[in-house]
Amino acid sequence: MSISARHISKSFGSVQALQDVSLEVPAGRLIALVGPSGSGKTTLLRILAGLERPDAGSGPLFFHGQEVSGLSARDRRVGMVFQHYALFRHQTVAENIAFGLAVRRRKQRPPRAKIRETVAELLHLVQLDGLAGRLPGELSGGQRQRVALARALAIEPRILLLDEPFGALDAKVRKDLRKWLRAFHERIQLTTVFVTHDQEEALELADEVVVMNQARVEQVGSPQDVFDYPASPFVIEFLGNVNRVAAGISGAALQEHDRLYVRPHDIQIQPQDVGGSGLKARILHIFSAGSVAQVTLQRLEGGEILEAEVARAELETRQLHEGQLVTLFFRHIRVFSTSGEQRWIHNALAPAGTK
Amino acid sequence: MSATASLPLATAPGRYRGGGLPGFGLSLGYTVTSLTLVVLIPLAVGLWQATDLGWGGFWHAVTQPRVLAALRLSFVTAAIAGAVNAAVGVLLAWVLTRYPFPGRRVVDALIDLPFALPTAVAGIALTSVYAPNGWIGQLCAPLGLRIAFTPLGIGLALIFVGLPFAVRTVQPVLENLDQELEEAAATLGASRLQTLWRVVLPAIWPAVLTGFALAFGRGVGEYGSVIFIAGNMPLKTEIAPLLIVTKLEQFDYAGATAIAVVMLVIAFLCLLAINLLQRWAGRRAGLA
Amino acid sequence: MPLMLQDPPLIRRALIAGALLVLGILLVVPLAAVFTEALRLGLGTALTALTEPDALHAILLTVLMAAICVPLNLVFGLAASWAVAKHDFWGKSLLVTLIDLPFSVSPVIAGLMLVMVFGLHSFLGGLLEGWGLQVIFALPGMVLATLFITFPFVARELIPAMQATGREEEQAAYLLGANGWQILWRVTLPNVRWALLYGVLLCNARAMGEFGAVSVVSGHIRGETNTIPLQVEILYNEYNFVAAFALAAVLTLLALLTLSAKSVIEWQVRRQRAHPEAERLTNRVPLHQLPR
Repeated sequence: MSISARHISKSFGSVQALQDVSLEVPAGRLIALVGPSGSGKTTLLRILAGLERPDAGSGPLFFHGQEVSGLSARDRRVGMVFQHYALFRHQTVAENIAFGLAVRRRKQRPPRAKIRETVAELLHLVQLDGLAGRLPGELSGGQRQRVALARALAIEPRILLLDEPFGALDAKVRKDLRKWLRAFHERIQLTTVFVTHDQEEALELADEVVVMNQARVEQVGSPQDVFDYPASPFVIEFLGNVNRVAAGISGAALQEHDRLYVRPHDIQIQPQDVGGSGLKARILHIFSAGSVAQVTLQRLEGGEILEAEVARAELETRQLHEGQLVTLFFRHIRVFSTSGEQRWIHNALAPAGTK
Repeated sequence: MSATASLPLATAPGRYRGGGLPGFGLSLGYTVTSLTLVVLIPLAVGLWQATDLGWGGFWHAVTQPRVLAALRLSFVTAAIAGAVNAAVGVLLAWVLTRYPFPGRRVVDALIDLPFALPTAVAGIALTSVYAPNGWIGQLCAPLGLRIAFTPLGIGLALIFVGLPFAVRTVQPVLENLDQELEEAAATLGASRLQTLWRVVLPAIWPAVLTGFALAFGRGVGEYGSVIFIAGNMPLKTEIAPLLIVTKLEQFDYAGATAIAVVMLVIAFLCLLAINLLQRWAGRRAGLA
Repeated sequence: MPLMLQDPPLIRRALIAGALLVLGILLVVPLAAVFTEALRLGLGTALTALTEPDALHAILLTVLMAAICVPLNLVFGLAASWAVAKHDFWGKSLLVTLIDLPFSVSPVIAGLMLVMVFGLHSFLGGLLEGWGLQVIFALPGMVLATLFITFPFVARELIPAMQATGREEEQAAYLLGANGWQILWRVTLPNVRWALLYGVLLCNARAMGEFGAVSVVSGHIRGETNTIPLQVEILYNEYNFVAAFALAAVLTLLALLTLSAKSVIEWQVRRQRAHPEAERLTNRVPLHQLPR
């Protein structure tokens, strides 16, 4: 079921949490709201759920073309998984999952046997067969999360909302659950919106990413799009590591106040002067514990610090070492000019002959 | 499990105001209404009737020597009892949180006795123990120390009723006080006394002040546990709440209300001052 | 406890001894005195004193008082804590301060205020008297006085407990389709049941034992408006010590029962502490000074 929210604003006292935010989610998609803490992403999620009311003057909210702005959280039939799961701590796993069915009005309430059956199905779906009688306190973090998911699905929600679904888990479980959730979504095809502050998680998991910052939406697009064509300095800085480069690069038509960015893997290091328009720098430190080595460099001109990533093999063939004087070439530079224009410059700094 | 339409969707109820949980209007309405009926209206109307007296009448009523003596007695004994309670409260809280000893659970539970025991019962019990022929009273009598029927007895009763307030405000702070702080002080070369003085005391100081304020506030208005042990001699051992009751029995409503107004105002000012002091102490402790 | 922090045994013992001494002369000895005085002439005499018609009436009236005040208090406590702990609104801290207000008003003053409002000399009192309803020196006044004094008791236990458990479980229940009563009954109350029980017990103890406020509005009419504490006072002032202490012993037993119940409850709560957001008991820190 599609979601359409238009011109949503929300303030808490003097704090503006959302400022004229619009969101369109096609049916069946998995959408990530990503941004730093305080960017308004959780507020937007809670407005979709009906747990917060948008400020007066905000536009309407539609689920599949039906306006739901006037519906209470209770009547929206939204499945939500809270960051800390909000499992009812005095109820067993089965009671938690059955809750949404058990509290229905008598006419709409399924018979007991049917509820039991649904609970069993859902437990199987989230691979927790056999844990029906446990209390939430007796489960691991990952298990609790899946109980919360099953509980949310029990009411056959029209959309599913997940608030920092992996936030409270440790690194290993996080990775596993991420894959599991992706596969799970493929199976149930339920329109899903999740909130995360982890850009890697958003890019890996979502069909579409909504990057938020300071109460506004910075960019919407597929993970590939937002990574390859970041629409603002914020987006490029937020999604992955990046070097901000001061001006002083010749050969490109640059304005004085343009902001230039280079990703670490787009910096090429040449051990000796090979000609061309490269920048002179000194290697300060090499960290090579992974498959990719992190090289910290200092430009001779201006003393600027840059981070580069070099494959281990390349590190060895080029015989790079700390203290060495080198020449740097940038494969791609992202330029944001004050007028709002943005573009890539390719091979602006390149060894002689490759241009 | 794509969204099914098996359930009819509720049609938008017009009165939905959005946001939080249900029942806000009902619960807040009930709370404010009953609070107004039971607490606020009696207080407001009662105080308003005191204005019948006029300023001159009010001044005359509260400057009678008997009234002044009663007010002084109530506030001074409550302040002294509050201070004693603060000290005793720190001692008890410290012992209960730091030293395991047999019977600690029972002692801990017993601290709340003055809160659960009806004040009249406390009053007659204390009196029978501290009267000159009582268990402890007869031990003190040869020393020339009279406790019951003197201001000392009043103070004792007030210490009794204020005790749980003083202990229970300090105890959780001591419990939550990070012991690493004390260990850090020790590794930095501080002696145990220096550590207590410079690290522990500043941390619990706001709580000690709160305990004092609560015990003091309770003591000023205390009636049941005091009247039996006080002796109730006008000008000497007659506390202000008792004088209010006496005036009421003589149908001197204006006089009784005047004393009540003074008590409320002074108690309010004292608590305000202590609150400010405490906020200041809390800020300092927060910075430290 | 780390070895380093262990104070010298001598100091430790001295402090423990000091604490026990204070508690002994302040609490234990008077407690023992109540029962000793009550049983001075034997158990039989004490029991006879309890079955005097006036004593029986006082006991009955006390139970009636609690039976009226505790449920009203419970409903108020639930409404107040639901509004304060589960919602944000303008003026909340003022409301919390006002809920706590009866704690800082002397019981005698509370009684006096009721006399001023409902006494025969007042407008309202005269009006009600005309309709045949006497408030002061009668049961309604005593109920009002007890209500005033006990008003914050359940609320001040429930508010911190509900704040400590947060709002997410309630929000989850709401999203799952539960209505307000279902949320309260199925989700909120199970989470704060111990705090609720403790609040009710304290409220009950105070409703039965309140002296100052009730004393002012009751008129001390024997066999009519005397609760147990008032009867204790009358008997004591008549030098009928055995009867006075026998009735006092009944109230003391109630207090000891309340304290043991509190210990059991605290133990239960501590057992739940494994959960990071477990409910807790307040120990009478002023509401407005609780950490938010």
